[in-house]
Amino acid sequence: MHEAVAVNPWVALAYLVAGVCFILALRGLSSPASSRQGNRYGMIGMGIAVVTTLLTHAPAVQLPPEACVGKESFCGHVFQLDYGALAEILIAIAIGAVIGVTTSRRIKMTDMPQLVAAFHSLVGLAAVLVGWAAYLNPEAFGIAAAGQIFLQSRVEMGLGVAIGAITFSGSVIAFAKLNGNMSGKPILLPARHIINLGTLAAILGLIGYFLTDQSLWVFGVVTLLAFAIGFLLIIPIGGADMPVVVSMLNSYSGWAAAAMGFTLHNTAMIITGALVGSSGAILSYIMCNAMNRSFISVIAGGFGASDSGGGGAAKVDRPWKRGSADDAAFLMTQAEQVIIVPGYGMAVAQAQHILREMTDKLKEKGVSVKFAIHPVAGRMPGHMNVLLAEANVPYDEVFELEDINSEFAQTDVAFIIGANDVVNPAAKTDKGSPIYGMPVFDVEKAKTVLFIKRSMGGVGYAGVDNDVFYMDNTMMLLADAKKMVEEIVKAIG
Amino acid sequence: MDFISTLSIFVMACFVGYYVVWSVTPALHTPLMAVTNAISSVIIVGALVAGAAAGSPVAKYLGLAAVVLASINIFGGFAVTERMLAMYKKKAK
Repeated sequence: MHEAVAVNPWVALAYLVAGVCFILALRGLSSPASSRQGNRYGMIGMGIAVVTTLLTHAPAVQLPPEACVGKESFCGHVFQLDYGALAEILIAIAIGAVIGVTTSRRIKMTDMPQLVAAFHSLVGLAAVLVGWAAYLNPEAFGIAAAGQIFLQSRVEMGLGVAIGAITFSGSVIAFAKLNGNMSGKPILLPARHIINLGTLAAILGLIGYFLTDQSLWVFGVVTLLAFAIGFLLIIPIGGADMPVVVSMLNSYSGWAAAAMGFTLHNTAMIITGALVGSSGAILSYIMCNAMNRSFISVIAGGFGASDSGGGGAAKVDRPWKRGSADDAAFLMTQAEQVIIVPGYGMAVAQAQHILREMTDKLKEKGVSVKFAIHPVAGRMPGHMNVLLAEANVPYDEVFELEDINSEFAQTDVAFIIGANDVVNPAAKTDKGSPIYGMPVFDVEKAKTVLFIKRSMGGVGYAGVDNDVFYMDNTMMLLADAKKMVEEIVKAIG
Repeated sequence: MDFISTLSIFVMACFVGYYVVWSVTPALHTPLMAVTNAISSVIIVGALVAGAAAGSPVAKYLGLAAVVLASINIFGGFAVTERMLAMYKKKAK
């Protein structure tokens, strides 16, 4: 009775092949050299899945009884392709293709986090729509007999719609925060934990109740509550925690696809959902680890909003040195090795291209230049790497935290551009600091630290002062990151 | 397929995902998100079934709307991944 979609073994096989292609797509990403081949596997897999579905579920109309004359044995099985409906489907795909391809061409690399959040919201919404379509027309999916949806399918579809709705509304908020349509500051509702847990419990309870009563209102309320909780979960989370949020939503979009795959008994969807779900979960784990914060504390939100009160009072005016572009140019051209630590500020200032010019000039002078990327630099995992790649920085000059951290002690200049918390030694020494325990770059061990910063006023996301500003071997370069690097390039000559 | 076989596929795929994703180089984490996003739009399979089914016009149009959304993701996701991956270059000797 559950042989809804995969009756034909060849069809099941086709979906399995699609699933394997998706595994190969992710496998390809283990190195930049194999990555494009991997992406092509992904496209092939998607092609197989779509074509198989179109062939096995081609829109058809049953022929009137007159057409059965002479073929009585087939009667009831004589179908004709419904060209109108097929055209509608193909037009729907074409509309999506045009929007998708145009967006992907136009988007700026610095806006990639927003784009990914927007794409996640679409997966979520698509899952909700498919779930509703399955609810309204269960026979078409083979998940109901005599109008009664199978119990197992009710759970699967309830979970699928709920996860999809959370993904949708959560991603919309993440998008608005990343895109600046909404303040990146955490918005804290009173008793938010109770509201959230209550809503979550209500959703699960209603899915349970859905087993006994498949009324429209139950399914509707589950959907609405899930939309609400997606929204409530993300508003208290601040801008710099977005890498975790985006990864988490990535994970949810996978679980939503998997839940729908269970409803439809479709191997390709289940495999993909599991892959995407684990991928997002692993990325969230990596991000949390790189901030030494628990997933729960990130999700609970409010970081950098209310808890920074203690440190503020102790702040005193400490002496610091201000440098000019000429000083920086001189120091770097004299250096043997320069390590550049970019952060979100570089992305905001769009300084990656001019930064690459600077490294080219330095390399001409025989200076060895390396880039050091912290896992949480930027607004999504790997954000800095993409921006540097866009600026034509070769990927073998870009290093991860653990691969390069020991080199600072033998480095002449550490050049910090738009980063702050990730170079704060308080993470290693000050047990009371909110960022204590977070792995950070040992920039203070370099002979000289050049720190590009807009002004001395602002502190990083965590709201903690940074001792690196006040070290004897630190030179503060106070200006817009892009302008400062432009001046340094001129000064290097 | 019965529930246990589907569940087995799911659990195995979670493990495969776990190992495959850990082997992804951190430099490619953004393309990883873009491509996972594209492939999770395999949900289009469900949308196509709904969009092609006769019986409930509402379900059909929900399905067609989902086809549009999922296609945006599929085409956009793969295209933007391709664009990003094309930028990763090794040092020119």
